[in-house]
Amino acid sequence: MTGGMTPAERAAVTMGFEEPDRVPLFLLFTIYGAKELGLSIREYFSKPEYVAAGQMRLYRKFGGDCLNPFCYAASEVEAWGGEVIFSDNSPPNAGRPPIREPGEIESIEVPLVEESPSLLFGLRTIELLKREVGDDVPIMGSVISPFSLPILQMGFAAYIELLYSEPDLFRTLMKKNEEFCVRWANAQLEAGATAIGYADPLASPDMTPRDLYRRTGFVVAKRTISRIGGAVATSLASARALPVIDDVAATGSVGIGVSTFDDLAAVKRQCAGRLTILGNLNAIEMCRWTPAQAEAEVKKAIAAAGPGGGFVLSDNHGEIPWQVPESVLLAISAAVRKWGRYPLDRVSV
Amino acid sequence: MRSDFPVLPDGGASLPSPAGDLKEALLAVDPVRAGRILGDACAASSPVSCIEALVVPVLEEIGRDWEEGQVALSQVYMSGRICEEIVNTMLPPGSPGRISQPKMAIAVLEDHHTLGKRILLAVLRSGGYEVTDYGSGVTVDGLVERVIRDGIEILLISTLMLPAALRAKEAIARIKEALPETRVIVGGAPFRFDPHLWREAGADAVGHSASDTLATVRAMAGGL
Repeated sequence: MTGGMTPAERAAVTMGFEEPDRVPLFLLFTIYGAKELGLSIREYFSKPEYVAAGQMRLYRKFGGDCLNPFCYAASEVEAWGGEVIFSDNSPPNAGRPPIREPGEIESIEVPLVEESPSLLFGLRTIELLKREVGDDVPIMGSVISPFSLPILQMGFAAYIELLYSEPDLFRTLMKKNEEFCVRWANAQLEAGATAIGYADPLASPDMTPRDLYRRTGFVVAKRTISRIGGAVATSLASARALPVIDDVAATGSVGIGVSTFDDLAAVKRQCAGRLTILGNLNAIEMCRWTPAQAEAEVKKAIAAAGPGGGFVLSDNHGEIPWQVPESVLLAISAAVRKWGRYPLDRVSV
Repeated sequence: MRSDFPVLPDGGASLPSPAGDLKEALLAVDPVRAGRILGDACAASSPVSCIEALVVPVLEEIGRDWEEGQVALSQVYMSGRICEEIVNTMLPPGSPGRISQPKMAIAVLEDHHTLGKRILLAVLRSGGYEVTDYGSGVTVDGLVERVIRDGIEILLISTLMLPAALRAKEAIARIKEALPETRVIVGGAPFRFDPHLWREAGADAVGHSASDTLATVRAMAGGL
């Protein structure tokens, strides 16, 4: 294949396990758009127009291959009645959870997308972006998996204890969360999202023993993803993915975001022909990289996972931190164009 | 607390019995069995020596297994909670056998993700230590003020988000200016993903797992 592909064509070809013109680059910006527009984070997230404008500016500036209307994880739990805490230079944080006692699981109502301001904000952002780029640039919608959402709904520690000790309440919560997740994902697709990122950090064996995951979160993911009317890629939010690649492939997911702690070449062998890999640049270390280091990291990742397609270069968490210098992002963008052009003969050294 | 979903023991049992048995029970999240093993093993010794000989080494090994990807964080958390509850019955908080010196405190700095703190508290208390919990969402000003007021000698700062890890630098500098002898241990995801960050923050040590931190606390406590 030669150059001239749109970002959407590039992504589609690689997800078909063929080689496009070059490795696609997904720079997943959230709060970085506020920096670009010179707004406070709270102000930035006050109007969908700001987020859409921020995404478009960053897309043009750094030459990524997707748009990311995702604002912050707490926006989902906000719909459930959770608190969101803003700060100057970090993603808004989930504060007091909406479920304070496990017994409240029985009575908590599943929020309706059309009645949830934080979700309507996301849908409007997607619509604005779709109007800008049409079908040329993938717009990544996102949901938190029903299995992982309770971290924010009730707090991590309380959820782990529920998972081990309250199977009936766990199942009740999963039923409600599945309903919510499916509605929220499909609303984003209807608004113009190209695909859905399914954030499921608890699927990682770093978080949940695989045996327990197979009988809980895996079953939930299979049921949920089968009801989402578009392509779904699973992200483990920087936790290791390699030991659960077969499981994730069996959920119906078509892609997987992998950790910087994963062996990318081994991931590639395991995923071959089943899951497109997104990853795995270390977004925390990225804050201190020099442009030369950025180029070396890009080259290394492409050499490990680029051949044959099925690979999208991205960070390993789904969030470019505010603290990453622009020079590093520009170096990443330049490096993917230098070393990611197919065929990849030059990166094998 | 035992799960209704049958759980297979992960990570194996490389420690000799009863430590190996205890580890297996903890990873299977079986508090009844863990309590029985500890009760039997400790019948002939003092709670303190039993904790030292059995609880601490097992929790340390579980922590190492997590760092090596052999067990899951949920198992680390539940193991700590089970041990904390058992140790609380053997050695109630405030009892003379508890290790109340040096004065220790833990805080989640400018963040509301408390799992790391909960795990660490459980493991340290399982090790017999008294630790003051400053809670979550603690500001730099609030932390500095409390540490100075309480004369804390070992401070543990838990973070999840990068900005909080970066803010630790200011807190540590101000604490050390007022209390140069205070030792600070930082921990949390940003410090795992960037191995240089803890030094940049001015900390004395980093804890990559709760058991790792327990070992550091023991070493520091010995030197204070």
